[in-house]
Amino acid sequence: MTETNLLQQINTLSSQTTQLCYHCHKCTAGCPVAEDMQYGPDRILRMIQLGQKERLLSSHDIWLCAACETCGTRCPNEIDIARVMDALRQIAIAEGAAISEPDALKFHKIFMAGVQTFGRSHEMFLFAAYKLWTMHLMDDMDSGISLIAKGKVPVMPSLVKNRAEVSKLFKNVQKKTEVQE
Amino acid sequence: MKFAYYPGCSLESTACEYNASVLAAFEALGVSLQELEDWNCCGASSAHSMNQDLALALPARNIAIAQKSGLDVVMPCAACFNRHKMADHALKNDPQKRAMLEGTINFKYTGDINVLALLDVIANKIGLNQVKSCVKKPLTGLKAVSYYGCLLVRPPEITQFEDPDNPQIMDRILETLGAEPRTWSYATDCCGGGLSLTKPTAAARMVSKLADRAAEAGAQAIVTSCPLCQINLEMRQSKTNAKMPIFFFTELIGLAFGLEKSKGWMSKHLISPIPLLKDLKIL
Ligand code: SF4
Ligand code: SF4
Repeated sequence: MTETNLLQQINTLSSQTTQLCYHCHKCTAGCPVAEDMQYGPDRILRMIQLGQKERLLSSHDIWLCAACETCGTRCPNEIDIARVMDALRQIAIAEGAAISEPDALKFHKIFMAGVQTFGRSHEMFLFAAYKLWTMHLMDDMDSGISLIAKGKVPVMPSLVKNRAEVSKLFKNVQKKTEVQE
Repeated sequence: MKFAYYPGCSLESTACEYNASVLAAFEALGVSLQELEDWNCCGASSAHSMNQDLALALPARNIAIAQKSGLDVVMPCAACFNRHKMADHALKNDPQKRAMLEGTINFKYTGDINVLALLDVIANKIGLNQVKSCVKKPLTGLKAVSYYGCLLVRPPEITQFEDPDNPQIMDRILETLGAEPRTWSYATDCCGGGLSLTKPTAAARMVSKLADRAAEAGAQAIVTSCPLCQINLEMRQSKTNAKMPIFFFTELIGLAFGLEKSKGWMSKHLISPIPLLKDLKIL
């Protein structure tokens, strides 16, 4: 894929104009997770402009972004970087790229599977499925037990009555996405 | 006065005391809430990471339901509020997305109803005068910082909340309840809630910073309106340091209104606020 193609694809998915970035570094200066990132948001923008697709899609940064929108609010060129990160995640999933933060992707997959099935998100299901799949079984066990003891995790999930309608949303959107690709 | 109510998934589970305190506060204020018929999850932190269209379609279905009810819809959860505002913004301003959403959900968007944040409704629509008139047991001596987090205030062109760098609305509510809001500079810093399970070390670092800064500002507690911040701030505070209780602002409303039920909410916390409240003779 050429540089322009990747940039265009990201711009379309994110509704942003990423070529406007002039690398002032303001985004990274205020990013609360910059110290955990490999590059930081300003360099992610530069890599988009240079068409460095593989580095981008396999970076930790696209999964570490907490979508706090601090950068987007401050960017002098009004680039909403959280949405750019979302677009990169979506492309990485669609293209089966090597995912550097597999736990994050597992979490999102379980979350969405729950919503597609129940129409609502169930924290009990989410915690249990995530812990099993990632094998982080014992982390947060103490908090988990307290939450259950305090009656905060209902065993019987509340369900959307019209689950077929919610599930149809997933299918309709999927179809549209495939047509676009 | 009547509003449609979208509790969202967390309020049915880890933030059940938030839900209970919202319902009790509205009852005391004499404002009715009508739960949105058959609402669905907005997709919160995950849908936007996987599929941009789905991230709009899930909240848009709820907007379609609210539209049918003809009532403005109140959202206590900051993440739900943000996702619904995002969808409402796309429906209003992006003809292509609007066509996609109308087709996917099979409705016609009118733009007649508004998506409102709970804080805004209580402080501005119901009003602080009415809140004040219900205060029976002022929270005298309680020093706290207001914490908004990210999703209520940013991006400002979507959320249309007050000043994204220096919101004041929660401080005004705390004053009205007789508490003492402390000034600090971290009210809209990120707590890392979205990383709480997948990158706990980063979330813990962000939480300790907030807890330390709150203590430095002379606060005995942090007050929030977001269930994702609340559980992250409770779960990820360091296990060794003195722990700072994290209240939902509606719980404080319940306490100040002297509502009997509010005692029960205090035992739902992972970090118990009971010793602090006993010290201050609030409980
Ligand atoms: S703040 Fe905006 S212009 Fe500056 S480096 Fe970041 S994305 Fe580029
Ligand atoms: S939105 Fe993401 S990249 Fe931007 S400041 Fe927040 S965490 Fe950093």
